[in-house]
Amino acid sequence: MKTLNFRVILFIFALIFGVVFSIPSLMQSESGKKITLGLDLQGGLHMLLGIKSDVAIASRTKSIAGTVKYVFDDEEIIFDDLRMVDGDKVTFELLDSDDVTKATALLKKEIPGIVINQNGMKFTVQMTSKEMARTKQNAIKQAVDTIRNRLNEFGLAEPTVAKQGEDKILVEVPGIKTQADEQRIRELIARAAHLQLMAVDEDRAARVSTMSAAEAKSYGDVILKDVNTNEKYLLRQIPVLDGSMLTDAKVGFDKSNMPVINFSLNGQGAKIFGDFTAKAVGKRMAVVLDNKVYSAPVIRERIGGGHVQISGNFKLEEAHDIAIALRSGALLAPVFVMEKRSVGPSLGADSIKASSIALALGFILVIAFMVIYYSMAGVIANVALIGNLFLILAIMSLFGATLTLPGMAGIVLTVGMAVDANVIINERIRELLHEGKSIAKSIEDGYDNAFTAILDANVTTLIAAVVLYAYGTGAIKGFALTMSIGILASMLTAIVGTHGIYQWLLPKMRKEKLNLWFGIKTEGAK
Amino acid sequence: MELFRLKKPLSLMSQSKRFGILSVVVVILSLGLIFTKGFNYGIDFAGGTLVQVKYEGKAPIEKVRKAISVDKNYEGASVTYFGSDDEVVIRTKMSSKALGEDISDKMTQLLKDTGKFEVRRVDMVGAKVGSELREKGIMSMFLAILGILIYVSFRFEWRFAVASVMALVHDVTIAMGAVVLFGIEVNLDTLAALLTILGYSLNDTIIVFDRIREGIRTIKKPELASIIDESVTQTLSRTTLTSLTTFFVVLTLFLFGGEIIRGFSFTLLVGVVVGTYSSIFVASPILMWLGFDVSSFREKEAEKLKREKEKEKMRQMYEGGTL
Repeated sequence: MKTLNFRVILFIFALIFGVVFSIPSLMQSESGKKITLGLDLQGGLHMLLGIKSDVAIASRTKSIAGTVKYVFDDEEIIFDDLRMVDGDKVTFELLDSDDVTKATALLKKEIPGIVINQNGMKFTVQMTSKEMARTKQNAIKQAVDTIRNRLNEFGLAEPTVAKQGEDKILVEVPGIKTQADEQRIRELIARAAHLQLMAVDEDRAARVSTMSAAEAKSYGDVILKDVNTNEKYLLRQIPVLDGSMLTDAKVGFDKSNMPVINFSLNGQGAKIFGDFTAKAVGKRMAVVLDNKVYSAPVIRERIGGGHVQISGNFKLEEAHDIAIALRSGALLAPVFVMEKRSVGPSLGADSIKASSIALALGFILVIAFMVIYYSMAGVIANVALIGNLFLILAIMSLFGATLTLPGMAGIVLTVGMAVDANVIINERIRELLHEGKSIAKSIEDGYDNAFTAILDANVTTLIAAVVLYAYGTGAIKGFALTMSIGILASMLTAIVGTHGIYQWLLPKMRKEKLNLWFGIKTEGAK
Repeated sequence: MELFRLKKPLSLMSQSKRFGILSVVVVILSLGLIFTKGFNYGIDFAGGTLVQVKYEGKAPIEKVRKAISVDKNYEGASVTYFGSDDEVVIRTKMSSKALGEDISDKMTQLLKDTGKFEVRRVDMVGAKVGSELREKGIMSMFLAILGILIYVSFRFEWRFAVASVMALVHDVTIAMGAVVLFGIEVNLDTLAALLTILGYSLNDTIIVFDRIREGIRTIKKPELASIIDESVTQTLSRTTLTSLTTFFVVLTLFLFGGEIIRGFSFTLLVGVVVGTYSSIFVASPILMWLGFDVSSFREKEAEKLKREKEKEKMRQMYEGGTL
């Protein structure tokens, strides 16, 4: 017998590679890289979130206003009528014309990325368009990070959070068992966790019950409601400070053993907070989370050290989730659900069962057909087919690819199409044998003749698969991926592998036994 | 075993007019269906909500309809059995409002008196996402076809590319017609199936074309028709066999793959049949009608061969030091 040729060796390597790396996936063992099951197969939550980036602009503008106030107060520049206009401009009026140069220089130094317009003593401060674009991009990036942190802290298995397209976020959380869990996760994701400490407008607070939102706005105020009692508060629109200066948030318990949230401020925040409380003794300060007032205690003394507490009749679970949200940071811009899909675990299990049966049946059918039709040549094609299947699994495992329901359909289809190459080759070999060529010549020419057809056909199918992958979402991507891998793997197994096996077995093939080897009888055989 | 071994080539091209008329009629019917009845867009493309509920025992579909109609937001919701009679699917058009609220909670609440059930799947797609997906779907079809045109023109000749793309359009149009006719919901899976048909049908056509290209070189006959007849006949057993194996596999997928991929597998099933038909009876006649000229192709091929030989000769001379 001829010694093993390079094609067989390559095929055997591919086979070993395929088997070894698909074992972890097939056995579902802990070690080694595995194929992850898509949400449609294992159940879970899929959400596509949009982001309201104009809110990020507004809140950045608000924080610019806060900085203006702080800087001017610090430098004792007298100003009036500081307010936000159109959601993206800050206006104020200087009272002393001697301060103009100083104020302009100070603003330029303290706040990067702004344009300052001066009209007499009236000033308008606005972000540059570059800065605005950056702020929007930041908001998305920050939202992705924040949501990821929150989900990680929640302790879920392998959530995926990724930016999709220009301004969308894809969140996938596998293996959610109950609806209550799903709801908690949704709230955790969507919670803006925008913490603000705001001063109560004590001068006008008495009139709050009769005041309209527009009137409040004209004073630079805003009316917010208490989260529990619905009591209205009149608050200064520009906050004393916000969650961006927060360093930590933990659940604690107050004297009556109710859950509270303790949070710490960074150095700058602690200083601002200390200065503010020193000046505002006897006045109220509201703790505002996501535009709802949680508490509004009267300030009794200067509070240094930067430790603040929110109380507000929390349930323990709720306090826990808010603390996570605060700790992982506020969303600079709120997100909203554009698309949501959830699949229950039982449906996923049913889908796996159904498609596994289809896969097995289709596979058996093809294998049986090939053996009946081509005899040994069919067996050889089947070896390649099985090798192909292992290779697909192995490559998918190594890439940590996700197997979806359409992905399984893709494998089934690949099985159908992978035999195509061998059918083409076998038909060519049969033709040549019928013409009376020798077996060795028939095999070599058969492969030669079939090769360009197989290559052209596979490349065109691959083009369709790649486009599908590039333009598809979720499940479709899975389908395109398995199909592409399947096509590439079949080139190796069906063309190189079987060719090698033929070359290796060639000395055993006799013309008298053409029926056994290729399933045909020829008149030319002797 | 051998299914068929034809000694004489089939005279397909003499019948090409009949197949042409058949194809044109079916394509026109399909287009008519697509433009009059239109696609039954699933929520992937139209936006909306879909809730799949499994009952213990037979699903009380009338009760479900009644229970849901209590809520104004779900007016006009469609409730249908899904696969077996213990599962129902509830579809609604409205989406923007539903996106805000928790629809699975809502359903559990609305349906609580209809029996023991489990909410198995909840899909919500906003209208904006839907229209984006639709654009992407059309775009992907277009790009795939463009890529194929370029590749086939490069590997064969432009008439082959045009003929294969026309056969593709033929197949996809008929498959779409079938989708409309049988009221299959058009969602991402159906789109995937249509794109797969694109790949599959092309695969088939290319293999036939490859034979024709080879036939032009080896079969010493002047007219294209007889070359095509002979080439198609030679590759007929291969075409039938691979179509059969693929057909069987897709059929098992259709029969046993479960309700969720039924739309996908049905579309593929149609595609495999039409794709096989078109690669035999449609693609090659188009090649003929486009005025493919055998002798000029042979001349070009000979020219190419000559140039290559010259190059080789030059290289040898160069290596031999005679240049």
